[in-house]
Amino acid sequence: MEELIKTCLYDKHISLGAKMSPFGGFDMPIEYTSIIEEHNAVRHAAGIFDVSHMGEVLIKGTDAEKYVNHIFTNNVREIDAGQILYGMMLYPSGGVVDDLLVYKKSSDEYFLVINASNIKKDYNWIVENSKGFDVVLENQSDLFGEVAIQGPEAEKMIEKHLQIKVSDLGFYTFKELDYKGRTILVSRTGYTGEDGFEVYAVPEVIREVWDILVGSKEVAPCGLGCRDTLRFEVALPLYGHELSEDITPVEAGLSMFVKLNKPEFIGREVVQRQKEQGVMQKVVGIELQDKAIPRNGYDVEMEGVKIGYVTTGYHSISTDKSVCMALIDSQYATLGTEVDIRIRKKTFKGVVCKKRFYQKNYKK
Amino acid sequence: MSTVVEGLRYAESHEWVKVEGEYAYVGITDYAQNALGNIVYVDMPEVDDEVKKDEEFGAVESVKAASDLISPVSGVVVEINEKLEDAPELLNEDAFGNWIMKVKLSDIAEVDTLLDAKAYEAICE
Repeated sequence: MEELIKTCLYDKHISLGAKMSPFGGFDMPIEYTSIIEEHNAVRHAAGIFDVSHMGEVLIKGTDAEKYVNHIFTNNVREIDAGQILYGMMLYPSGGVVDDLLVYKKSSDEYFLVINASNIKKDYNWIVENSKGFDVVLENQSDLFGEVAIQGPEAEKMIEKHLQIKVSDLGFYTFKELDYKGRTILVSRTGYTGEDGFEVYAVPEVIREVWDILVGSKEVAPCGLGCRDTLRFEVALPLYGHELSEDITPVEAGLSMFVKLNKPEFIGREVVQRQKEQGVMQKVVGIELQDKAIPRNGYDVEMEGVKIGYVTTGYHSISTDKSVCMALIDSQYATLGTEVDIRIRKKTFKGVVCKKRFYQKNYKK
Repeated sequence: MSTVVEGLRYAESHEWVKVEGEYAYVGITDYAQNALGNIVYVDMPEVDDEVKKDEEFGAVESVKAASDLISPVSGVVVEINEKLEDAPELLNEDAFGNWIMKVKLSDIAEVDTLLDAKAYEAICE
């Protein structure tokens, strides 16, 4: 096994007494105090996450726009510089290489933010498919640290403690600004369903930002444990769970991030057919009547026959209900359908419901 | 810092046993609750269920994951701690003060094979 990578904030996590665990090849903090406390801090105040494990790729050149649109499901031609789009890179099969954010710096410069566990695979994919395009590619994953400051108080905390103005940033926009003589990139994005920001900078700046915000005692250090419970409650997908090589964005219910109003992109034929003709499997929400917790991989059954499996499940912290997202045969995906979930030796009744278990609270 | 209670017996799978006559109370240790984090559900056996030493009798679920409960003793369940149905977090607050099941022992000699407090403390280090 390869040695786990330490982020630029590793020593901070250790000194805060975090429980650490491997994630995507990195040694990451899962919780500092408790997942429930950290989850609630983000829902009701503000929390800060080390997300330095995320990968960054810069694509520059006269064909940059054409090239990004070739590998990306969303349409970067439609946005202005300073705006961000969420979408996927697809295989020709329609399966997902990765889901990512694309930051448009200009029509010939794009900054891609990809999942930690997929950095090598994605970068190889980006390089392989660039033949014939006039672009320069750079894997900048080792250059940047990143923190996410999330929660209804995030804007106030950043402006108060870091002395930078972010209130002018709209949802899914970004700016590069000078912070004590060094450039930082700040975007109004996140993975929690709350208002919030993500900050990219060289490690020494990220360490300083962390120290100031955590040191203020008004921003709670938050681990990957609550990052997952937060994103799950608002039905944001996690690669390897709700999206994968075998699950297309249409099957995952993410068609709105797949734009057919552009002539071509890798995987277009399959997702266009799925949009027109429907899909065989779908990601749905399921609510259990019992308190037992459906976990990733557990079977979903109908009259004793397996019809799918749980992709992510929790006892939702914000709603106090046992709920899950599951990939099931489309014929059972109608809201209100009663299904069974096998949990250890027993089965529990569940009802197909909307995936969004908790209302997002974005500032748009 | 995990605490160990003198006078109880322990399993390597982090359950404790308190024997009273021919009955035993079974719970999870402080070390176990700390390792699990926030406990949000306890899947308990039912009264009259037969449990066997070293076999699973239920599960404890934290926010993140489910962990099997392994019975340190054999016998028949005579009572379960119903308080845990609505307040599973009691195991985080006081693991040794909240038993999970009470068992009528079928072989009291099994208890002697369990760890004492000192031996259990050693495996937690």
